[in-house]
Amino acid sequence: MDIIKTLAKSIREYKKQSILTMIIVFFEVILETLVPFVMSILLDQGLKKNDLNLCFYLTIVLVVMTVICFIAGVEAGFMASTAACGLTKNLRHDLYYKLQSYSFKNIDKFSSASIVTRITTDCTNVQNAYLMIIRTAIRAPIMLVLALILTFISSWIIGLIYLGIAILLGGALIFIIFKAHPYFHKGVTTYDWLNGVVQENLQGMRVVKSFNREEFENQKFNKISTTIYKLFSTGEKISAFNSPFVQFAIYAIMVVLSYFGSRLIVDPNTTMTTGVLSSLISYAWMVLNTLIMISMIFVTIIIASSSAERIYEMLVEQSDITSKQNPVIEVKNGNVEFRHVNFAYSAKASKLVLNDINFKVKEGEVVGILGGTGSSKTSLVNLIARLYDVTSGEVLVGDVNVKDYDLAALRDKIAVVLQKNTLFSGTIKDNLRWGDENATDEEMIEACKLAQADSFIEQFPDKYDTYIEQGGNNVSGGQKQRLCIARALLKKPKVLILDDSTSAVDTRTDALIREAFREKIPNTTKFIVAQRITSIQDADKIIVLDDGKIDDMGTHEELLARNKIYQEVYYTQNNKGGDNNE
Amino acid sequence: MNNAKKTQVRPSAFKILGRIFSYIWKNFPKRFIVVLIAIIVSGVVAAINTMFIQVLVDHYIDPMVADPTLVDPLMKELSIVIIIIACMYCIGVVAMYIYTRLMAVISQGTLKAIRDDMFWKMQKLPISYFDSHTHGEIMSYYTNDTDTLRQLISMSLPQMINCFVMIVCNLVAMFVLNWALALVVIFLTSFIVLFTRLLVSRSAKYFKETQLCLAEETGFIEEYTNGQKVIKVFNHERKAEQAFDKLNNELCKASTAGNKYTNILMPAANNLGNLAYIFVALIGAVFAIKVPSLDVGIGTIIAFVNFTKAFINPIGQVSQQLTFVILALAGAGRIFNFMSVAPEVDNGYVTLANVEVSEDKKITEVDHWTGKWAWKHYHKDTGKTDYIPLKGDIVFEDVCFGYTKEKEILHHINLYARPGQKVAFVGATGAGKTTITNLINRFYDITSGKIRYDGINIDKIKKDDLRKSLGIVLQDTNLFTGTIMDNIRYGKLDATDEECIAAAKLANADGFIQMLPEGYNTMLLGGGMSLSQGQRQLLAIARAAVANPPVMILDEATSSIDTRTERLVQKGMDALMENRTVFVIAHRLSTVQNSDVIMVLDHGNIIERGTHDQLIAQKGVYYQLYTGAFELE
Repeated sequence: MDIIKTLAKSIREYKKQSILTMIIVFFEVILETLVPFVMSILLDQGLKKNDLNLCFYLTIVLVVMTVICFIAGVEAGFMASTAACGLTKNLRHDLYYKLQSYSFKNIDKFSSASIVTRITTDCTNVQNAYLMIIRTAIRAPIMLVLALILTFISSWIIGLIYLGIAILLGGALIFIIFKAHPYFHKGVTTYDWLNGVVQENLQGMRVVKSFNREEFENQKFNKISTTIYKLFSTGEKISAFNSPFVQFAIYAIMVVLSYFGSRLIVDPNTTMTTGVLSSLISYAWMVLNTLIMISMIFVTIIIASSSAERIYEMLVEQSDITSKQNPVIEVKNGNVEFRHVNFAYSAKASKLVLNDINFKVKEGEVVGILGGTGSSKTSLVNLIARLYDVTSGEVLVGDVNVKDYDLAALRDKIAVVLQKNTLFSGTIKDNLRWGDENATDEEMIEACKLAQADSFIEQFPDKYDTYIEQGGNNVSGGQKQRLCIARALLKKPKVLILDDSTSAVDTRTDALIREAFREKIPNTTKFIVAQRITSIQDADKIIVLDDGKIDDMGTHEELLARNKIYQEVYYTQNNKGGDNNE
Repeated sequence: MNNAKKTQVRPSAFKILGRIFSYIWKNFPKRFIVVLIAIIVSGVVAAINTMFIQVLVDHYIDPMVADPTLVDPLMKELSIVIIIIACMYCIGVVAMYIYTRLMAVISQGTLKAIRDDMFWKMQKLPISYFDSHTHGEIMSYYTNDTDTLRQLISMSLPQMINCFVMIVCNLVAMFVLNWALALVVIFLTSFIVLFTRLLVSRSAKYFKETQLCLAEETGFIEEYTNGQKVIKVFNHERKAEQAFDKLNNELCKASTAGNKYTNILMPAANNLGNLAYIFVALIGAVFAIKVPSLDVGIGTIIAFVNFTKAFINPIGQVSQQLTFVILALAGAGRIFNFMSVAPEVDNGYVTLANVEVSEDKKITEVDHWTGKWAWKHYHKDTGKTDYIPLKGDIVFEDVCFGYTKEKEILHHINLYARPGQKVAFVGATGAGKTTITNLINRFYDITSGKIRYDGINIDKIKKDDLRKSLGIVLQDTNLFTGTIMDNIRYGKLDATDEECIAAAKLANADGFIQMLPEGYNTMLLGGGMSLSQGQRQLLAIARAAVANPPVMILDEATSSIDTRTERLVQKGMDALMENRTVFVIAHRLSTVQNSDVIMVLDHGNIIERGTHDQLIAQKGVYYQLYTGAFELE
């Protein structure tokens, strides 16, 4: 129920069309159901009595009725489409806006593939169900009831027989659906599994071929595809009872009608006539058709219900990071302080990712952060821009707790160059403007010069108008990183965080970037997370992280003299040389 | 790189349908014939049902009403007729059950056959195909296109065959009953067909537009969701919302238009059918009263009124399927196109054989595993078979290569690697390092020159056997869903648990595996997401180690690991490299320092070669790379 209520909120401006559709369908159905009734009069009163005038007159009535039905049907079709597609549009809109309000924690919860499915396929399923509900779900029951009533008026015996058959058949059809659906459902899930195998093969084709595992993979695939075959064919074999059942019902009705019908017509004490018999045949078709429609509604709704659930899940997900009321809207300076900060990604986790972190950084200082994989370097810097909330303790920026700021204001002054960074399809300028949408060409060039990106951009034939492909796949890793830094610099931040952002840049360029930072933006506090000692050795402070704790803090010289981890990293990198020597 | 895609002609709709039917025919010939017969039987029974109304009214009810004395004998006769008809009905229902049930097997079986075929064909494609087509493109054959094919084969096709039979049966029955009214029905139906065709073509147009809009929106969501964190960091949410709304509104417009035409199809066909039904009744009445020569009774009219419905209904159904069929055939066309891409050719005939070497160095082939291998080289001209021991000696003689004819990537490469030697390649992206390894295992074939393996031209070696003798560890470690043990065993399918564990120990992977809660039985999902990059790399090394090949290729195997982790991996690597011929491509020069020979590649040429110390002394490009003056990516 909650699901329906939440989803129904997205109908909004399409309420009018939805209700109108139902009203139009309501009247259309009544008129349509009356057509055979009038037809029976035509046959009995007109044809039987050779009254051609009455025939013509009734034909005109019938034509008018049908034309009205036609117009109403078309109108209802138009409106239903507008309403259903409109609802989908609103649902997608709501989902996407909701997504934008998510915090990093919420984003981590949903994989991007699942978000795509929810916004696209799941919404389409709901659209189909809604279309069914506002049209067919009104049409079918009304037609069923009316046709039965009209049959009862003509002959209550036959009416009772119809009712009995309708109940039996309806029950059987719905029973079949509930029997078969689990197979289909499981089949579709297995299908995802099959696609997983294909995906794995595509990605690992070189491995498959190098190890001559084509046949092995093929067997793996065949096994799953056989499972799918079994599931679907079992489901369809059960569904195969559907149409014979319906056909059987029709034939049973025909047998009953032809026998009892003839008896009743011949019996002078009843009002049964040939024309009525003909209308009874039409009503039999109507009853059976509506039963088929009702079973189809069931199928559509079953399919849509799991989609609706998934959409609901995303819509009710609450962002756990929001600006507080009356927030601070100005970041005064670039001071950063951590006070007894503990952090874990989930409240349930037994182990803390960051454990009692304390440090203080003054505006303009350069802080290096070093540590092995899994030592929580990224987690630490993410807390500064309040991308996650601390579990306990306080993070202060500009001497104010980050929780007291307006989120947008805070993130405007803290530029984070993420480890897994993304450029978006568009020109270099488009991408740079993410940092400042009103940036002038001069400002952009200035930022790129700082990030040592200007030189290679100038070598592109289209320079700053060079088109970046999705994911930035047409520039090299080092170029991408430098563009990301330039983009962040355009924010003119008070705090700049580089999370392993120069790993693909060669050491000389890396040094040039740091030198430019020192000279051109001396008042910006800089956090540099790096694997290479050279990237951080001239920092004012170096934090050595180990297993979520600060192992040591100090300058290069101090650490080299006393810290074991630091020494180990330093000597490994210098003895083995290579990409970290200057 | 590959133009095959563009030059292939889209097959016509009939060819595609023909191909689908050939699948059905090949796999289920008997069942398909039974299905056809059953459909015809049930169609005929349905038509008889409608005709029976005429008989009932004109031959029994009317005479009985007109002459009450006939009631008793005619009622008796009618009872018998009804029993006969009821029997026919039973046959019809049984026939219907038979064909729907068989159709379930046929359609799902055909889909399975096509799917299996597609996967097997894909396994046989050369690497060049995968390099020149995106994964998304190939995946869409399995997902979107197979989905539409599934609907086509399991729903549209049976329904259309059924409708076709119904239309034909009803048509015949109508002409049998009364040719004049039959013509009237056909005349009226033709209007409906024209009208629905108009609607179908409109809806198909908008449907295609909807698909395009949807693809665009999906692409947007994909790209922006992957970068969602960047959006947050830059406060870019409002901008993203605006861009999304624009696409979303366009999609809504197109889908509303498309849906409008689809949604009015049914009410339009229905009501036009009703109109036809009214006119048939009226014209029937006129014939009955004014043109007695046509012999139209009230029974005939009632029958025809029902025929009109039974005739128009399937036409409506077919037209409703048509939009879908058009799209599905396009998808099927893409699948069949994909399946007709030429597979990897292999004309090699030199194979790898298990051998035993006697003390006087005589080599004899045996049929069990001995740990010793030899190339089995059959000489056609002399009819003699040579056995050449597998050692791992590789020579490039003046090798040139380009992925396309126009652009040569490697120019006149000469190099040799003696058994047990370690050869390293260094150079910028695009210098041709990976290309060289692609040539050794024949993922690509050279344009000119020769590559010899233990003195044999590798063209002559069967690809499977060639690759069996080469181990490869790539930068992107691809693990497969399964346990850790399964993943290690991938290198040698018949390896015992002990062998796998020994390989893991060799690769320095045993330590972390033991730490996992389920040890070697830990399930890896999603390519081993739960493991760190370094751990995945160690597993890839163990996988290569269990295969125990004489030649190893390490392509950027450690480049995405941090230096601390690399030290761990390095130990495993060193163990793996012992006593083997090894080709190393590395980003970090630290990895290649102790190679026997280092080749510096630049734009497809070897510009420097020598040991680390020699190259440092030369103060050339390698020296500059080493001191970090150049960017290496």
